[in-house]
Amino acid sequence: MQEKQKTDTSDYIIELRDVTKSFGNVNAVDGISFGVRPGEVVGLIGDNGAGKSTLIKILSGVHPPDSGQIIVRGDEVRHWNAARSRDAGIETVYQDRALAPQQTITRNIFMGREIKNRFGVIKVRTQYEEANRLMRDIGFTSKVFDPDSPVATLSGGERQGVAIARALYFDADLIVLDEPTTALSLVETAKVFGFVQNVRDRGRSIIFIGHNIYHVYDIADRFVVLDRGKVVMTADKAEIESAEVLMKHMQDIAEMAYAEAAEI
Amino acid sequence: MGLGAKPGGKQQRAREDASDLVKWARNNRRAITSTLFLIVMLIGFTLANPDVFTQFKTYRSVMIVLPVSMFLVVPLVFVVTAGEIDLSFPSVVGLASYAFATIVDQGGDPLIGIIAALLVGAALGYLNAILVVRIGLSALVATLGMNFFLRGLINIIVEGFSIAIPEIRGTFIHSLMTDDPIKIVDHLGIPNQMLWALAFTALGVFLYNRHSFGVRVHCVGDNPESAAEMGIDVNRTRTLVFVFTGIGAALAGIFSVMINFVWWPTTGDGLLLPVLAGIFVGGTPAWGGVGTVFGGTIGTSIVAFIETGVIAAGLTGFFTQFFYGLIIILSLIFQRFNGGRMR
Repeated sequence: MQEKQKTDTSDYIIELRDVTKSFGNVNAVDGISFGVRPGEVVGLIGDNGAGKSTLIKILSGVHPPDSGQIIVRGDEVRHWNAARSRDAGIETVYQDRALAPQQTITRNIFMGREIKNRFGVIKVRTQYEEANRLMRDIGFTSKVFDPDSPVATLSGGERQGVAIARALYFDADLIVLDEPTTALSLVETAKVFGFVQNVRDRGRSIIFIGHNIYHVYDIADRFVVLDRGKVVMTADKAEIESAEVLMKHMQDIAEMAYAEAAEI
Repeated sequence: MGLGAKPGGKQQRAREDASDLVKWARNNRRAITSTLFLIVMLIGFTLANPDVFTQFKTYRSVMIVLPVSMFLVVPLVFVVTAGEIDLSFPSVVGLASYAFATIVDQGGDPLIGIIAALLVGAALGYLNAILVVRIGLSALVATLGMNFFLRGLINIIVEGFSIAIPEIRGTFIHSLMTDDPIKIVDHLGIPNQMLWALAFTALGVFLYNRHSFGVRVHCVGDNPESAAEMGIDVNRTRTLVFVFTGIGAALAGIFSVMINFVWWPTTGDGLLLPVLAGIFVGGTPAWGGVGTVFGGTIGTSIVAFIETGVIAAGLTGFFTQFFYGLIIILSLIFQRFNGGRMR
């Protein structure tokens, strides 16, 4: 149950090796090695400030790491950034949803990845139709808005729907969901779970970040626990009998942290 | 639309068309507001002085110099939409057109002069971008500083002397780009510079709405964090809008010198407030993410007609500034009905 060393890493979609990132003198990510295999759902958990969001933003290319390697399908990639991450088949549904509220739903779905010809002219009609189809796919049947409606007219759950639809559209190999159920109703949360199931059934991978241990336990195949910028535990679901056991581990980790803090 | 439509039913078809029209109006409401405002203002002027405002030559006289502002307002709408501002354009106009006038004055080919001016404009735009995007200075303060700095540079270089280039009259490039003002009085035509400015505006409208550059400008101005998360190179987009403004300012300067046959050390100076007002009067709000290039052109037209209208209405020139202010504030109040920032 302690940190397991996988010798064969060639089947990872993406792998981070000994990655660090600090902001000022805070080591948000302090030497993390971590990989995702095809078709698995990884639950990334940890307390506030454990480094989950920073790790995700390194993975998605928003923050360049201070040191360490990023390996995509066995090859190291240099000058990693958000566009490269998306090109590598990684789509991220950010906690803040990464939407431009004054722009249309269509424009948000294709933000940064417009359907365009080689002169950069956008195929407006195609984008509109694709957005329309996508909205139906994810169950947006409202007559109140259409692909030309600004995102600002949507509810929180609907905005999350747009963010997820966007990740889905580009047929990513790995979808990262950062706190996807925060501020969602029960029905909307169930929808997100259905979506995760759907993605896994198609052989894609997911990294699921959540505060709610029960949600993460239900959904993930493997758990990675972060604490103060380090991976403190990884475990397959088979090794953990129930959500309560996982919770117990989390509490142990937190107590250890307090004890260490007390010693200092 | 098409997907959900049931076969037949003329009524349904008609309703869809209506909703398309409503949608179009909703999407373009800012430009529509400023256009209506221009029309109402012109009707008001016409009522005040029917003689002047029913004659085409009144409009033509405005169209002689209006193009200079149009070359500026189009890229400036991109800048404001991207959440930035550029107050250095009057001096960029001055310095770029100084390059043009000097080359022509020295007997150089006007085409070389145009290329030189465009390069100067683009380079100064890039310099603004370095200050704002790379160094991270406030665009408002940095470009205001650049405006003084570049004007100061002009004054140091020329020490108050202007450059007259009457020799450009009659050259192919001059007659292609502008009309001789003496000639236009003779025939009822739209000055060539107006046609070029309209073409430039059309290009701007296209880039703004249909090209990935314009769309990214919208996204960056709306939410730069989201744009970055989605892989848009935010700094590159911001840099490009400043360079674009530099190029627009160079074009404005070239046309200004061609229209007047003279480059003054003050060339461009008077454009700051009217062009700036034109952006906002035209319907582009100051907060970024949305705007209208067509509206910006309408906005500069509104500002351009104020002076003509005030004088034609029989008021003295002392009223001009008063009406500038009044009309700008009124039109902004009308734009307010289009709603505040959506979040």
